[in-house]
Amino acid sequence: MKLLTHNLLSSHVRGVGTRGFPLRLQATEVRINPVEFNPEFVARMIPKVEWAALVQAADTLNLAEVPKEPTEGYEHDETFLRKMHHVLLEVDVLEGTLQCPESGRLFPISRGIPNMLLNDEETET
Amino acid sequence: MNINHKGVLKLTKMEKKFLRKQSKARHVLLKHEGIQAVSYPTQSLVIANGGLGNGVSRKQLLLTLEKCGPVEALLMPPNKPYAFVIFQTIEESKKAYFTLNGKEIIDDLGQKIFLYLNFVEKAQWKNMGLEALPPGLLVVEEIISSEEEKKLLESVNWTEDTGNQNFQRSLKHRRVKHFGYEFHYESNTVDKDKPLPGGLPEVCSSILEKLLKEGYIKHKPDQLTINQYEPGHGIPAHIDTHSAFEDEIISLSLGSAIVMDFKHPEGVTVQVMLPRRSLLVMTGESRYLWTHGITPRKFDTVQASEQFKGGIITSDIGDLTLSKRGMRTSFTFRKVRRMPCNCSYSSVCDRQRKATPPSLTESSKEALELEQKHVHQVYNEIASHFSSTRHSPWPRIVEFLKALPSGSIVADIGCGNGKYLGINKDLYMIGCDRSQNLVDICRERQFQALVCDALAVPVRSGSCDACISIAVIHHFATAERRVEALQELARLLRPGGQALIYVWAMEQEYKNQKSKYLRGKRISQGDKDELNSATSTEEFLVNQTPEGVNEDPALSVNSSSITKEEEYKSRKVPNSELPIHINRTCFHSQDVLVPWHLKRNPGKDKAIEPSGVAGCPDPSPVFHRYYHVFCDGELEASCQAVGDVSILQSYYDQGNWCVVLQKV
Repeated sequence: MKLLTHNLLSSHVRGVGTRGFPLRLQATEVRINPVEFNPEFVARMIPKVEWAALVQAADTLNLAEVPKEPTEGYEHDETFLRKMHHVLLEVDVLEGTLQCPESGRLFPISRGIPNMLLNDEETET
Repeated sequence: MNINHKGVLKLTKMEKKFLRKQSKARHVLLKHEGIQAVSYPTQSLVIANGGLGNGVSRKQLLLTLEKCGPVEALLMPPNKPYAFVIFQTIEESKKAYFTLNGKEIIDDLGQKIFLYLNFVEKAQWKNMGLEALPPGLLVVEEIISSEEEKKLLESVNWTEDTGNQNFQRSLKHRRVKHFGYEFHYESNTVDKDKPLPGGLPEVCSSILEKLLKEGYIKHKPDQLTINQYEPGHGIPAHIDTHSAFEDEIISLSLGSAIVMDFKHPEGVTVQVMLPRRSLLVMTGESRYLWTHGITPRKFDTVQASEQFKGGIITSDIGDLTLSKRGMRTSFTFRKVRRMPCNCSYSSVCDRQRKATPPSLTESSKEALELEQKHVHQVYNEIASHFSSTRHSPWPRIVEFLKALPSGSIVADIGCGNGKYLGINKDLYMIGCDRSQNLVDICRERQFQALVCDALAVPVRSGSCDACISIAVIHHFATAERRVEALQELARLLRPGGQALIYVWAMEQEYKNQKSKYLRGKRISQGDKDELNSATSTEEFLVNQTPEGVNEDPALSVNSSSITKEEEYKSRKVPNSELPIHINRTCFHSQDVLVPWHLKRNPGKDKAIEPSGVAGCPDPSPVFHRYYHVFCDGELEASCQAVGDVSILQSYYDQGNWCVVLQKV
């Protein structure tokens, strides 16, 4: 699971609503998967990212390099874009957990796949 | 071709940009509309972005064009984002070409639009033909006076709390109120034994009397539905349920005119102007066979010369312009049918097409159990074999994904083996599926995928630029759950985001053409359909195997040998009264179990293609997948029950009903 995917995920346990975001990330195995750098693509992703959630996730993985907010004129800042390319697209969480910040429900990540299935009682109807 | 002499450096950059856009416009017009631009000056120009379809009115465009010289003709095809202009001389068209390329104008909604012009040999436009009203349709202008209109409008109290929300509701795109009998949108019918107290409003009786007396109607209606449409609202194309209502259906248009679209099942579409204070009468063919609907938009394309004349909008594109919609309230009167429908349009008659089966499942719990047993478990069991039969993406789905802007975030809900996740490298796609085994396959292909249920997708609201749901919604066992699944898709979309939805169709033969699914066994015999080229290799492989009959068309277009009926009859599905479908035949019921003959591949858990077992007589286990196949119009009706979306497009594609939704 890439951190950009993590940034899109939100808990869907019944009743948590928007308080289900962001999911707390814990990783026991992380791999770096090289991905071809496409500065325009990365620049397009920046405004779609919930920044605080990304900073938090990067922190838990000890990726210290995420600035507190996107730099001014980031579209043309290659250093910044390369950094974000790495954090968003190359860091791959293989094993770990995602935790709903509201209900505490844990979801396993195994072989890079988050299993977000709930049982019937947990689903929001 | 310098337009301006100031700021040379900047201008050059701008010019380059214009040239690029202009050439792109030329390319798009050729590719999508078959309009061939020429490189030498002519009297005629095609103006990209200057069309009725993107909010530019005739008057406004004409004003801009006439600055370059007298215009001989301005042709504006309906709903197209371009127009043709013919100048009297080449000098004038050249002038327009040089001064108007890249010119910014403000459209009727106040948005900036840039025009791109190219020369054409001839302003071409295929006339759509039919210029007559659908048989049985009548539009009577000024049927009521302004006073009566005012009285009717004032009689509708939208704010009162009736204590029973069923009488009045806010649908996606309009507000409705019912009198006489309540109309149920889930089943598109009324409860004939439960008339609402109060009957029809008193204010209507004198008008109905008059209509009876003047012969516009033969029977007095007993059901009234009042719809209120704000500009931008609409109603999906539908036929009023045959078994629910009698032949005559009439509708008064109050407050504002509107254009209603009538569509014949063979594909002919007729646009009909319903002026303010007019009466629409639908009987016979127009009531039973043609669908009618209102496209959600803020402007209608109307006749410039006779803007508010009732009746057909001709395709005389020299005489079309835009008319801004106002708030329209319609009073639709119908008579509840007491006897079975005996119309002569059995293909679209709900009574004659099939004896309506009793509602499949009583509760969502039962539905869930059915889905668990006959959808979730089955897909997990057959994942590897299933995946091996799903290589070929469907062209129109590919087209949808390729047309999305670079950098779009796209969720594929029910992604299966992920065959659409890698179609467009400029998208960020994540896939979800209920089956862990299928998601494992996606992951092996290096895609982003997760395990979840389509009714509870763990993705934050409004985060997706687009979604696709291919062959998923038909696996939900109740109408409510199907709508919930659509609702969940809509939740993921940002405003303006689009969702493409495919479901399997009850109608496997459409417009006299059998779907690929039915034609399956004949495909390898040189059928020249464009879809086949992509699948020929797979087809060959599958045809070698004794039981490659498992594909449903929403997932694959290829096929194999025909199946033996007896084989299925001998197998019972415990605790289920659902009919078992015979592969590669027409559907006889909307709720069915579709057999899958599993081919095991020992030694290789998730192989892509099992091989070398052709002709093996080993009896393969059969799994039954539950499907609710959709009837014509049913998917649109389900979408209509979803909040904050409009239907941009709906179509039939090889045995599937398909819609493109847009989040409002």
